[in-house]
Amino acid sequence: MSVDPPVVHGHINGQVFSAAADATLLQVIRAAGLQVPTLCHLDGLTPVGACRLCLVAIEGHPKLEPACVTTVAEGMVVHTHTPELETYRRMAVELFFAEGNHVCAFCVANGSCELQDVAVEVGMDHSRFPYQYPQRHVDASHTQFSLDHHRCILCTRCVRVCDEIEGAHVWDVGYRGSACSIIAGLDQPWGEVAACTSCGKCVDVCPTGALFRKEDGTAEKHPHPERAAQLAEARHEHRWTNP
Amino acid sequence: MTTKLRFATVWLAGCSGCHMSFLDLDEWLFELAEAVEIVYSPVASDIKVFPEGVDLCLVEGAVANADNLELALQLRARSKVVVSFGDCAVTANVPGLRNLWAEVEGGSRHSVLERGYVELADTGAQHPHAPGIVPELLERVLPLHEVIPVDHYLPGCPPSAERIRTFLEPLLRGELPAMEGPAMLGFG
Repeated sequence: MSVDPPVVHGHINGQVFSAAADATLLQVIRAAGLQVPTLCHLDGLTPVGACRLCLVAIEGHPKLEPACVTTVAEGMVVHTHTPELETYRRMAVELFFAEGNHVCAFCVANGSCELQDVAVEVGMDHSRFPYQYPQRHVDASHTQFSLDHHRCILCTRCVRVCDEIEGAHVWDVGYRGSACSIIAGLDQPWGEVAACTSCGKCVDVCPTGALFRKEDGTAEKHPHPERAAQLAEARHEHRWTNP
Repeated sequence: MTTKLRFATVWLAGCSGCHMSFLDLDEWLFELAEAVEIVYSPVASDIKVFPEGVDLCLVEGAVANADNLELALQLRARSKVVVSFGDCAVTANVPGLRNLWAEVEGGSRHSVLERGYVELADTGAQHPHAPGIVPELLERVLPLHEVIPVDHYLPGCPPSAERIRTFLEPLLRGELPAMEGPAMLGFG
């Protein structure tokens, strides 16, 4: 009888790694002190591989793989920063800017926006793709928060944190292609969705200025993406259970 | 005697904030004035016609009207190195917001004039119309690089004086600026 080895070994950028056999490549990359950009990934939430920024090259694999949803395997040889990957990452970030209506200058998240930071990280100084100026709307029906669809990159962090941490499942993804958008309830105005507990976790984890508190003006959003991991860990350890 | 680098700055559809940030270079402007000949600039020259033989041209603002378009084509033809200076030139930024009305009846040009000069007018509501005096708006506001080839991009709204200086210093020595990291990149 054979069992899977609890530890596997491989190489990342020429550096040897050893990791638990169920670890993701992203966990291994970060444990090795290396960095790949991410937007949809958030510690504490189930990874979905939506943003494609953490793509890595694995020798012997015919296509690039998202590190956040790829499990390590024995003998894997991984490259995180080939010229091809850097080109694709910058293109992906330019496409994020071109497909939405992101105007950093007066955005609520200016200065604390992960899309803005990732643009710097991949070296984006302009978009080679023409801006699409899609017709989107703002849902300001909730008493405390707003959702500006112009700034949404469909990372689905809000969907996941509401479902997995808060357990309310207010958010979903509706429609297809360029019309794809985050929807509240059964595609209702957010303020009319009775399931919403107004906990604000979706606002805390939103990487851009799409979800924000109504009292926040330009550059006044202070998100708390770390809270998803803190809550997930506390729950896992039964930290707040009465004896 | 070495000839000085012929330096120009241009203001298209922007708020002039990038030029204000340029003026925030304060005493370094004296060093710049030593190193270059300023041949065209809304803040440092009184010349009205964009001259021939410019070495380095910073362009603030998006391309939003017929005058912007004409000047953009002219400065490209007459400059060796063209720089998109600030977020409006790089992305169309705030002036480009009217592109959101492109699909509306009458298009973005009509919609923005209707809003500004008719719907919000207290008296004398009318669309501005003075051919040859008031430049016609283009239907779509464009980043500079969608109109002319651009050599360098200096993002920021505005780019800080420090970022402008760090960008210009190597260019004045004939070297390329290293455009990487949060000091040199980043919109907003």
